Amino acid sequence: MTYGTTVPYPAPSPGPQDRARTAPAGTASEAPDLPRLLPVHGAVPVDLRTHLSRYGAPPYFGHPGKLIPVLKVAGLTGRGGAAFPVHRKLQAVGEARTRPVVIGNGAEGEPASDKDKSLLWISPHLVLDGLQLAAEAVGSEAVGLYVHRNARLQERLRAAVAERAAARADLAPVEIIDAPPRFLAGEESALASRISGQPAMPRFKPPRVFERGVVGRPTLVHNVETLAHMALIARYGPAWFRSVGTRDEPGSMLCTVHQADGRRGVVETGLGTPLRDLLQLEGTQAVLSGGYHGAWVPSADAAHMTLSNEDLKAAGGFVGAGVLVALPAGRCGIAETARVARYLALESAGQCGPCFNGLPRIAAALDEVASPRPDPRAVTDMIRWAALVEGRGACHHPDGTTRFVRSALHVFREEIRNHSAGRCVDPAREPFLPLPADTALDAADWS
Amino acid sequence: MKRELRVDPTACSGHGLCAELLPELITLDEWGYPIVARGLVPRSLDRHVRRAVTDCPVLALKLLPAS
Repeated sequence: MTYGTTVPYPAPSPGPQDRARTAPAGTASEAPDLPRLLPVHGAVPVDLRTHLSRYGAPPYFGHPGKLIPVLKVAGLTGRGGAAFPVHRKLQAVGEARTRPVVIGNGAEGEPASDKDKSLLWISPHLVLDGLQLAAEAVGSEAVGLYVHRNARLQERLRAAVAERAAARADLAPVEIIDAPPRFLAGEESALASRISGQPAMPRFKPPRVFERGVVGRPTLVHNVETLAHMALIARYGPAWFRSVGTRDEPGSMLCTVHQADGRRGVVETGLGTPLRDLLQLEGTQAVLSGGYHGAWVPSADAAHMTLSNEDLKAAGGFVGAGVLVALPAGRCGIAETARVARYLALESAGQCGPCFNGLPRIAAALDEVASPRPDPRAVTDMIRWAALVEGRGACHHPDGTTRFVRSALHVFREEIRNHSAGRCVDPAREPFLPLPADTALDAADWS
Repeated sequence: MKRELRVDPTACSGHGLCAELLPELITLDEWGYPIVARGLVPRSLDRHVRRAVTDCPVLALKLLPAS
């Protein structure tokens, strides 16, 4: 079975009738099973009063550092894609000599991902609780929430922040910061640049963002879903958190699930859930996990896998930020990947020579492979260029792009043979994978 | 101290000087950007390494503590 709830995004306009549909208040000590982060009815933003009656006030520890061992026992890892242990980031920033900055990352530049926007829309106070608890844990008073460019969402969050200020629910004031709609805007160093007043472009590391980030200060950046988990772990404890998920990958996570019939929704599920419980695999050929920096897996293999890095990494993929797409049979996986590769090439910040030169060439070669009777040199060129860009960017954009492209060359090799013979499984080529209408044209688009 | 050579790819504009000064460790890719040999910098090349680092016109070549 799948747990959780399907949440549409963009969320429907909140009207007066929504007030009546707001969840009945539970007692503060009731630890939720699943879903944990999104209320069952979904789509209705939870106001502070409802939030407090459901969860109680954020359990401040009264002292920096105390949350860190709790998170270590819980085994919470970052839900933004990298799955880095949360307590280690907090530890590193907490030990800095300068006062750190704490930022909740809700940029969600991945076009196929809705989970952060949905979470921020529906459960803003869980995220804001987590942000305050993280700030307390590292002794920070400079706190911000970096949010995808959506006027209604940002307005809703400003209202939530004001509600909390009026109720004195926060230790530190929170600033809402607009994230430009770029694929890379949420990369940590791009985020730090943007909040420091520069374009949201990645920069060379070292120094790492936790050492020198926003205006040169040590900066703790956590994905907004990670913060929401933190808010609940602080209340209900590590054992509760681990009651879902696997031993090595505990807890639940939000996934944006794209079914082969075009349905798209956000679900919360435990790590270790069989993929076939999340996606209808009949009539599909492949599953994309980890989004556009992730990897294709044949549906026949995905049918035996669970939502875990343990399973997906063996197939060259990873859980990432929980984007799962089922590609229907009868679609051209090469043409789909080529379309996205072109988008990824255009979303390069253009700062690093190998990425700037290599990604458009890789995308063009994949376009060639997607055409009837392609030049046989296209695949060998592509593999050479892939090797030339990997590990040579200031960020992981080239590496993620080649991971995605390489997996397509492998998983859709039968279709490549089709193209060589002048055939294609889907001559109509109706686009399936979601892409935004615009890509970056000049530096202004990164601000 | 153990050190490694790295290029800041956001600073590098492909002048290619480093590959001329330090061909033992640096080659250029087909677009003219440096490919730096991975691993620790051998002591014997110290003088050449320092020269390549200081002569990069945009100071994109860096000698950093080994990670």
